[in-house]
Order: sequence, then structure tokens, then C-alpha cells
Amino acid sequence: MRLFKQTLIVLVTVLLGIGAAWAHEYKLGDLEVVHPWARATLKGSDVADGFMKIVNHGSTPDKLLSVSVEFAKSSQIHDMKMDGDVMKMVELKEGLEIPAGATVELKPKSMHVMFIGVTGDLIPDEMVEGELTFEKAGKLKIEFMVEPAGSDKSMEMD
Amino acid sequence: MQATSRKLISMLVVAAAITAAVLGYLYFVQNKVAPLAGVPIGGPIHLTAADGKPFDSASLAGKPFAVFFGFTHCPEACPTTLSELSRVYDELGDQAKELTVLFITVDPERDTPAVMKDYVSNFGGNIIGLSGTPAEVAEVAKEYRVFYKKVPTSDGSYTMDHTAVVYLMDRKGQYQSIIAYGEDHERYLEKIKQLLAG
Repeated sequence: MRLFKQTLIVLVTVLLGIGAAWAHEYKLGDLEVVHPWARATLKGSDVADGFMKIVNHGSTPDKLLSVSVEFAKSSQIHDMKMDGDVMKMVELKEGLEIPAGATVELKPKSMHVMFIGVTGDLIPDEMVEGELTFEKAGKLKIEFMVEPAGSDKSMEMD
Repeated sequence: MQATSRKLISMLVVAAAITAAVLGYLYFVQNKVAPLAGVPIGGPIHLTAADGKPFDSASLAGKPFAVFFGFTHCPEACPTTLSELSRVYDELGDQAKELTVLFITVDPERDTPAVMKDYVSNFGGNIIGLSGTPAEVAEVAKEYRVFYKKVPTSDGSYTMDHTAVVYLMDRKGQYQSIIAYGEDHERYLEKIKQLLAG
């Protein structure tokens, strides 16, 4: 039993270590921002999109008001919805609510940050800087990991 | 008191019936996007190819093709759909050599033939980017029952809402089936194999 426990502790530590190597995360007060990533730009297009998971460990709601990056002229928080076979974009002009104790995930085919007027290229495996502004928690500097365009991966770990 | 509650119950029943009718209608309307038997989908396509030359779908006579409407400022639906189609070309190899994919912009103001040329170069396979005048694009979209609409964004620019379906057209240029947005890769392969076998 003791051996089992020790093995378990070692295993968990190793796994957490591996996780941390590729899933980066940030903390700001009660908020945790997990693995921000962006899709690479395509030739002929100057838009890209960004994703992340936001966890609110606190007991009061907060709101993601805006995202700013230097690599694009504008960043907007969008929701994407399918209405039958029609893809619709909705800009969340009032920001994105992060309820108390909740996890909100920006992911493909759903909510995302849309980068408009990307200057230069977003190249896979690079990290690009950004800043999140929350209504209560304030500002948080983050880095987006760039994944290939068309990549549809969403985070599978918790 | 009893009369009041009976009245309340009948009001609730009526309200429920109305809700059911509305939902049923909406369901019907939304699913009508998927074409019904006997209602032809598609038609001649006269647009401008990426090299600036006129494109006429008559050039595809006898060969199957797929049609997808989108735009290059599209962050999600267009690149993922075109990537899927390009993977199908990779996997089917020679089997897919007769297949042409037409990627038609619903945003011809920004997506000139030159922009379309750059954009489709991101994807492997035989994907032809098509643009045209707004009126030409509107005509083809109507033939394919494609909805699209400009949606202004806070930076003074705009994005597009649009039907994100891949139409599969047989050798006679007639509608065979659709691939809905987000269908998995196996379904893409299966449906395109069926199209090529026809």
C-alpha cells in the first residue's frame, strides 16, 4: 500500500510535469487562464482566431472585457453559432461573463477571440503576446501558442 | 377559484400548443435547407477564376464536383472545411483526380480573384477559388440556396454569416448530397467516394 502510494505520487508528479511543459497557464486573483492558443494565418487572409480556457475559482463573477494584441489591428470576442446550416458570428461587445466557480472555454466552433488585420504572419509553434482585461481582476499578460491553420484541436486535458 | 385554475390550465395548454407549432415550423424551415427530392439544387456557374479568366461550370461536364461558399476573412468554417477536403484528396490520391472543388466567395468586394488565388494555395488538391461581381455571386448563391449576410463588427469592418455546407454534384451536374459543417472526416471520405463511384 505504501509502495502504491509512493508510486502514485511519483507518477502524478511526472505527469503534471509533462502537462506543464505543453499546457501553459496564468493566474490572476481567482482567475486561471489555461493554454491560450491561436491558429496560424493563411496566405491571402489576415484573420486568425484565439482560444483559451478561463476558470473562475472565486465566489464572485468576473467578465473578460477585451483582448489586445500587437500582432493585429483589432481583437474581438466572438461567439459562433450554427442556425440550421448557416454559420453565424456574434460579437460579444459587452464582454464575456465568467460566472463564479465556472469554467468558460473558448474553443473551435464556439466562442473565440477573432484577430482582424493580422500584421505579419502567425507561424506554428511560435508564441505571441497578448493582454486580457477583466472587469474586476484587471489586466493579465499572456502568450498564445500558435497552432497550424485549420487545426481543430481543443484541449483534452482538464 | 376552481374556475380560475381551469382557465389557467386551458391557457397553458393553448400556450404549449402554440409553442409546439412554432418549434415544429422552425424545425421544418431549418431542415428545408437540406434539399428536398425533386427540388433542383445547383445550376450553371459563371464566375471569375483566380487567374482572372471567366469560369463556366460547363467545363466540368461529365465530372463530379463539390461546391462550398465562404470567404477568406473567415477564421473557422472555411479553413477547416477546405482542410478536410484537401485531406480527402491526399487520402484518395488518383481516385480523386476527377474531382473538382469550387470555393466560391460570398464576399466578392474583398475577395478579388488575386486574393482567392493566394487563399486556395494554402490547400492541396484541385480547389478552384471563384469570385465575381456581387450580382454574379448572388445568382449562383440563389441556385444553391445559399444564405449570406454582412455583419458589421465594432472595428468598422464586417464579417459574413453564411451557409457552411459542401454540396456534392454528380457527373451530370446534379445535386447528389451535402456534407454538413462539422461532419467528421470519415463522413467526408464516405460521401466523396460515393460521389466518385456514381
